[in-house]
Amino acid sequence: MSTMVDLRGVTKRFGAFTAVNDVSLEIASGEFLTLLGPSGCGKTTLLRLMAGFDAPTVGSVWIGGEDVTQLPPYRRPVNQVFQSYALFPHLTVGENVGFGLRMQQVGQAEAAARVAEALALVSLTGLDTRRPHQLSGGQRQRVALARALVCRPKVLLLDEPLSALDAKLRRAMQLELKRLQRQLGITFVFVTHDQEEALTMSDRIAIVNAGRIEQLGTAHEIYHRPATRFAADFVGQANLLEAQLLLQDAETVQVAVTGGLELSLPLAAWPVGATTALIAVRPEKVHVAKRRARSNFYASAANRFEARIEEEIFQGATDHLVIVTATGTRLGVVVANESAFGEIFHEGDRVYCALHADDLVVVRAD
Amino acid sequence: MPATLTAAPRRRLPSGLRVLEVTLTGWTSLVIVFLYLPILVLVAYSFNSSRLNIVWESFTVGWYRRVWENVPLLRAAENSVIIAAVSTVLSVLLGTVGAWLLHRYRFRGARGLQTLVAVPMVMPEILMGISLLILFATAGLGLGFTAVIIGHVTFSFPFVLVAVQARLKGLDPAMEEAALDLGATPLQAFWLVIVPCLRPAIVAGALMAFTLSWDELIVTFFTTNAASATLPIRVFGMAKVGLNPMLNALSALFIVATVAFVIFSDYVKKLGR
Ligand SMILES: Nc1ncnc2c1ncn2[C@@H]1O[C@H](COP(=O)(O)OP(=O)(O)OP(=O)(O)O)[C@@H](O)[C@H]1O
Ligand SMILES: [Mg+2]
Repeated sequence: MSTMVDLRGVTKRFGAFTAVNDVSLEIASGEFLTLLGPSGCGKTTLLRLMAGFDAPTVGSVWIGGEDVTQLPPYRRPVNQVFQSYALFPHLTVGENVGFGLRMQQVGQAEAAARVAEALALVSLTGLDTRRPHQLSGGQRQRVALARALVCRPKVLLLDEPLSALDAKLRRAMQLELKRLQRQLGITFVFVTHDQEEALTMSDRIAIVNAGRIEQLGTAHEIYHRPATRFAADFVGQANLLEAQLLLQDAETVQVAVTGGLELSLPLAAWPVGATTALIAVRPEKVHVAKRRARSNFYASAANRFEARIEEEIFQGATDHLVIVTATGTRLGVVVANESAFGEIFHEGDRVYCALHADDLVVVRAD
Repeated sequence: MPATLTAAPRRRLPSGLRVLEVTLTGWTSLVIVFLYLPILVLVAYSFNSSRLNIVWESFTVGWYRRVWENVPLLRAAENSVIIAAVSTVLSVLLGTVGAWLLHRYRFRGARGLQTLVAVPMVMPEILMGISLLILFATAGLGLGFTAVIIGHVTFSFPFVLVAVQARLKGLDPAMEEAALDLGATPLQAFWLVIVPCLRPAIVAGALMAFTLSWDELIVTFFTTNAASATLPIRVFGMAKVGLNPMLNALSALFIVATVAFVIFSDYVKKLGR
């Protein structure tokens, strides 16, 4: 697959403040890439650099194999869906959607057909004579989408386009956006600070923190193999444990983690030559049972230990537990409530725990 | 629901408040009387056949005919309309573009320029008049239409600028970016998106500019010549010689025009919204 967007060593400074710090990022043609990060980390600035509203202080921006660093926004083959939608209040829905075609001087007949097609694409057929203020939030969002898509951009930039919608509509739009993107094959660069949204929609996710990309990977990679403490913490939940090297043999290492629990993990996962490291463990990867189970999982797990339930919070589909081992290591655990006849956990219960060596992920501490 | 509850009597105010209420009602009535009584008297006497404003003789529309037949007065009215219209158009152009440039582009001296622009709004007109007169004299520019229009634009475009600026502050910055993003050049974005968004402010500013120019006397006095004399200048000249009922008739016409204008501008402002 060819590269559609290519940021090469891009830095953006506002005065003394560095909003984007030496970012290099290649986005493949037809990819759905999400920039995920907390507020103020530089997501919008990255988008603005691609759209051409800001020029990089250092580095260059390439789109479709062309250096567009010096091109103004109206000469770039990208379109944006703005967080505020930025629909033109004095124009009807049809005129809003047709605005880009008017600027490109597309013939009237063709423009009308393309506007109708775009409105149909976002299920807004028949609303073309309405004004933006006569639409619901969700409809406005669709108009903004249609207005950008009608120009057939090579890249569509979306800056938190769903953040103004209520939770239910938001979920529906997530799926719809994903469907549209697959159907049209356009490269989407999507900005959000909602990790669930990012996991649901993206082919790849770039975790942005303080102007840098901390990790770039598929939702699976980001979730199961976070590279940094920040990535582990920001996406999903994670137990972060300081690990101290105890023993090392040909294939595994033995470590003692915060609180004294001893765990073993593959040698390959351990940073070469290190005596300490930070380990992230997803709470649902710690298996707990009230009886000593004889399941395959339990049998094959390299790490088995006993613990006591210190805290139990019932959340419907899942139970959130805090367990403490005999030595005093505390772990957050999530168990699925699979059946009403399954085990019920109470505070104070003794549990048998199992943890696969591969589910211990060493992350960079910075 | 019982009838006694639906027809609840008006709550009596505590006595202190009642005194206040009576005072305020009286005050309001007084203000209205003082505002409109002279106007009413003026209109009434414009139909009086006597030359004196103090005794009522008989009904006539003669004074209105005299106004209609007074060619210099009609010419002055015409001048007023032309000058007000042209200076309004210029003020709108200057004020709108100026507000956009000050809002959109950060450049050195923007702060100072902003202050300079506000000065004509508060400067006494007599000073404006004299300084313009000196300017035109030293520049060798004759007095007349051009000079009057320049004078009027000088003090009325800041009103447009300020109105437009206030609106720009509340405008979503993404609006311009969306236009650029969709392929509009900065000029197209300004003309096709920003200006329509600013329309209510532009309309309000234009109405303000027109009104200011229409009844302006002092700046006009310093910059006009005989051919370009406006209605206020003529009326002032006539009043100096002595009041006569023709002025009443003229004023009555003025009042009708003003009321019509106020109604019209309310209507236009509603359209703008
Ligand atoms: N024009 C500017 N001048 C100065 N600082 C700016 C400017 N634009 C952005 N910044 C700063 O750059 C940083 C990144 O801003 P940006 O808008 O990219 O954040 P973001 O990741 O989109 O955040 P959010 O999720 O809140 O939208 C912020 O700290 C912001 O204050
Ligand atoms: Mg942002």
